[in-house]
Amino acid sequence: MTGANDGGCWVYAERQGDSFLSVSLELLGKARELADRLGGELTALTVGGNSGAGAPLRRYGPDHVLELTHPLLATYDAKAYATAIGAELSKSKPSALLLGATRNGQDLAGRLAVRMRTGLTAHVTGIELDDRQNLVGWVPGFGGGIEAGVSCPVRRPQMVTVRPGVFPLPEGRTPTGDVREVVPELSEKDLGSRRVSFEVKGSSVDLTRAGVIVVGGRGTGGDFTRLEKLARLLGGEVGATRIATDAGWVERDRMIGQTGVITHPKLVLVLGASGAVQFTVGIDRASTVVAVNRDPSAPIFDHADLGIVGDLGPVVDSLLRALEA
Amino acid sequence: MRIVVCLKVVPRPEEVKVNLESKTLDRAGARSVLNPADVNALETALAFRDTVGGKVTVLSMGPPQFEPYLRVAPAVGADEAVLLSDRAFGGADTLATSYTLATAIGKIGGADLIVCGEESSDGGTSQVPPSIAEWLDASQATYVERIVSGKSAATVLATRVLENGKETVELDLPAVVSVVVGANEPRFIDYDRWAFAQSASVKVLDFAALGGDPQYLGLKGSPTTVAGLREVRKPGRRREVLTVTADDAAARIKAEIERAGLVRN
Repeated sequence: MTGANDGGCWVYAERQGDSFLSVSLELLGKARELADRLGGELTALTVGGNSGAGAPLRRYGPDHVLELTHPLLATYDAKAYATAIGAELSKSKPSALLLGATRNGQDLAGRLAVRMRTGLTAHVTGIELDDRQNLVGWVPGFGGGIEAGVSCPVRRPQMVTVRPGVFPLPEGRTPTGDVREVVPELSEKDLGSRRVSFEVKGSSVDLTRAGVIVVGGRGTGGDFTRLEKLARLLGGEVGATRIATDAGWVERDRMIGQTGVITHPKLVLVLGASGAVQFTVGIDRASTVVAVNRDPSAPIFDHADLGIVGDLGPVVDSLLRALEA
Repeated sequence: MRIVVCLKVVPRPEEVKVNLESKTLDRAGARSVLNPADVNALETALAFRDTVGGKVTVLSMGPPQFEPYLRVAPAVGADEAVLLSDRAFGGADTLATSYTLATAIGKIGGADLIVCGEESSDGGTSQVPPSIAEWLDASQATYVERIVSGKSAATVLATRVLENGKETVELDLPAVVSVVVGANEPRFIDYDRWAFAQSASVKVLDFAALGGDPQYLGLKGSPTTVAGLREVRKPGRRREVLTVTADDAAARIKAEIERAGLVRN
């Protein structure tokens, strides 16, 4: 497939139980805009074990909803999903396929890109069109403050994965588009894995919806007790940099930034994080940013409305006292 | 069990400089390390081999100067190290990288289990492990924290860490597994093994030795292209930076919180 751009945009709408992930709806909003600018159609693709599940997607502006249903697709398996989706992509030849950069979304994207022999741009924080109407996915990178625009001019579909929270969640509207169900030909041998058990996590947090976030980085030294207290007092949530989650100080779903979530709170307090660009992309959409860091030249101060140069411990203690007073 | 571990040597991110004019990354001045998640992948592979028996081969791609980094693998107990090194492999995106690694796995005799880190700390795409699986028509389980033997020799049980919980799957072999960073405590290098590793050879394969279809290799085999580099748009922040006492700092932060309309009186 070459670089035509009139084949329409597809969005892979990922399900968790009976509902769709909000990142998938965010992508439908963005893809609607891209499809209109490209003069193509928007197809929302969903995959699962039973028919009828795709109807709620009609509220997010698609021209078509495509349901791939088969009992063997009831739980996610990369091989079977790639087989089912790959066949439809080969038939319909869309120009672009957007997927949420969730764990299963990324698992699927890497496999599908090879099946389609096409290019994949991972974890973008923005999508633009170049002057030949190719998608350009912006990826924050090395060296402080630099992002790279990556495109795939010669192969189709152009595949892009996007982190949760990058695009706004569209409001549900009057349903549009038709729903078409396809039952792919699959047998047991198309599966690479079978789910044996699933242990649901007790609580999970969605930082993309938080109004206040108290973020800790390397400078916390791993002690998040006072940050948790601060977050509680402010009615907010604790977030963390990658260093803090990789060190096991904080759960992974609280990671903010390019490999975590992109947040839009009213206020974020950044405590002991230097401000690497892979992190700051996750807080740059906040209304107000306050940062505390010992190093006056830390890049985080360029991303803050108010910056305090000093040791975390005393500042946080004073702040807790002031808020409790 | 034939196990291959894919290892990437990555620059320390804080030491990489960007040249905005030439749109290139200058890694020359940066020191390198083994990608952190790949070290957990290696430990997963060694521990599994120690249980079920077999052979662990580490596989990497990069310039000849990466060779010393690969010696860490025999030093902790890997049986063999292979480095793919040729200018023809350079400039590869995830499609070309995964093709080159998959082709090499076939060339060195195939594998029952291929273990990678969840993602690299430089590229960070997490796409190479599932891409290798597709090239090899193998099954896959990404973001794995634990592998144990399955009911038959043709499967393993892998536990994946997902956003909403932990999924255990029965995975058909051959399979590609990507391991989450911090999944285990990597073993220490003991002195005897380190001394052995100094004399262990790293097998280097170039394009001629690898074979493979040149249309899928290196820059030519990479459909993605960097169309531009730019400075990340800085948000319109006040950038007021103060060096004050802790109490004064707290008062200023509290005022900021009140301004954001967040304090409940």
